[in-house]
Amino acid sequence: MKPVVEVHNVGMKYQSLNGEITALDNINFSVNDGEFVSIVGPSGCGKSTLLSIISGLIFSTSGTVFLSGEKVMGTSPKIGYMLQKDHLFNWRTIYQNVMLGLEIRKNVTPSTKEHAIKLLRTYGLYEFKDKYPNQLSGGMRQRVALIRTLVTDPQILLLDEAFSALDYQTRLVVNDDIYDIIKKENKTALLVTHDISESISMADRVVLLSKRPGTVKNIYEINLNCDNRTPLSSRETPEFRHYFQEIWKGLDVHV
Amino acid sequence: MSMFNMKKDSVSYRAQLSGISPEHKDYLHRVRMEKIFVRVIQLLIFCTALLLWEICANAKIVDPFITSQPSRVLKTVIRLYVDGVLFQHIGITCLEAIVGFVLGTVLGTLIAIMLWWSEFLCKVLEPYLVVLNSLPKIALGPVFIVWIGAGPAAIIVMTLAISLIVTVLEVLNGFLTIDQEKIKLVQTFGGTKFQVLTKVLLPASYPTFINALKINVGLSWVGVIVGEFLVSKAGLGYLIVYGGQVFKLDLVMTSVIILGVAATVMYQGVVYLEKMLVKNKT
Ligand SMILES: Nc1ncnc2c1ncn2[C@@H]1O[C@H](COP(=O)(O)OP(=O)(O)OP(=O)(O)O)[C@@H](O)[C@H]1O
Ligand SMILES: [Mg+2]
Repeated sequence: MKPVVEVHNVGMKYQSLNGEITALDNINFSVNDGEFVSIVGPSGCGKSTLLSIISGLIFSTSGTVFLSGEKVMGTSPKIGYMLQKDHLFNWRTIYQNVMLGLEIRKNVTPSTKEHAIKLLRTYGLYEFKDKYPNQLSGGMRQRVALIRTLVTDPQILLLDEAFSALDYQTRLVVNDDIYDIIKKENKTALLVTHDISESISMADRVVLLSKRPGTVKNIYEINLNCDNRTPLSSRETPEFRHYFQEIWKGLDVHV
Repeated sequence: MSMFNMKKDSVSYRAQLSGISPEHKDYLHRVRMEKIFVRVIQLLIFCTALLLWEICANAKIVDPFITSQPSRVLKTVIRLYVDGVLFQHIGITCLEAIVGFVLGTVLGTLIAIMLWWSEFLCKVLEPYLVVLNSLPKIALGPVFIVWIGAGPAAIIVMTLAISLIVTVLEVLNGFLTIDQEKIKLVQTFGGTKFQVLTKVLLPASYPTFINALKINVGLSWVGVIVGEFLVSKAGLGYLIVYGGQVFKLDLVMTSVIILGVAATVMYQGVVYLEKMLVKNKT
């Protein structure tokens, strides 16, 4: 199977008047179709930078990223990017927020509108479509943000600490919700997180980055023994703790 | 699919509304009484001040020739009205103020957009903006008169000069404080710079615009009155200067009072506009 995302020898140096910061150094990994990959690493190791490079928002100073074999030269409709906060615009209704990406891509047609309505209906937000974001709870807002990304029909989802703004309980529920949606819609996902448990509970593979300059320190295949896997049920499997300990050791945190 | 507490909340809220508890009723009553009380006191202060002013002037405790008095102000208004010039003076001043106000806000916003668009331009123009912002614009009055001629055009330019730079800086600052992540969001969808402007910057700057409008209402009146002091042959500012020169303090007081009313009405207009827009947006 051909990988959907290939990161090939990617390095990134930021220039500033105070000098040069090497954020990433020689990163290599790939993501297969339909796979869920988590990236964990210490603060400031270049995780956000890596996602920005994959999305084509910024360009690496060395190496190449391929999406389905094509070199990344700029932002691509194949990619949906979810940021840390939902960034719903409070001057737009839920429906108008969901339509943002389609408006920008000048792709508002009867069929895309219908798709948006269908997604809102499927994920329990239809009756809120004419409300404004501040009338919704944090978990619902995060789901709206996901739908806003999904209506543009991306093949690959990049999630940059997409759940870290939520409180713990909500976060567990939203993990399940979003995992469910991603699997149902058959998307490939790349999740950046600080949270080791979260990374294991959702992913097929976990990529561990070292502290700055970020390099791939290890890649863990996650094989959990449970039927009907969900992030919540993953956390209850016997293997979970084992992976947690291994990644924790790999992170090598000193306090 | 889980969290529908939003909906539950609004249901229980409605339930509360239908069966108001005695405590809540009490509370609402207290709030209403306090509001009425404040209004009464305000009205009382106003009437007392007018009355005192009138009595002191009548009893010659103060010289009504210098301080004028409410009854004389009223007479002056009526006289101006009978002469058919009252609304002419008010009209021309308001027109100048509104034109200056609208131009200042619109041009200021356009310039701010240009400066945001080109970081290079912004860097180049920064020292000029600082100087222009610090300079008391009133000093430019005589220059405008010579260049443009003593007329309403010069007054409008004066008004513009006073409000323009402030608007530019206010709006630009508003743009720069907008969350960069919101801009990034538009870019992740492949948005262009123009789309960043129309989808994020302008709508997100809505409170900034209202703020700029409020500031400009005040500034444009300053500009208009200074302009009229310098050049005009009509308008409230003209009446004030003229009244001062010929020692008709009744005329001066009357004009100042009308000015106060007009400026308040315009400010309230902006507040009303804000309320209208907010109602549509939340
Ligand atoms: N635009 C930039 N210019 C200069 N340096 C930058 C820029 N963006 C990021 N950096 C630096 O690059 C390094 C990696 O940043 P990045 O945001 O990718 O890390 P991160 O792993 O996402 O961190 P966090 O876990 O805190 O989100 C940091 O040290 C940061 O200071
Ligand atoms: Mg980050």
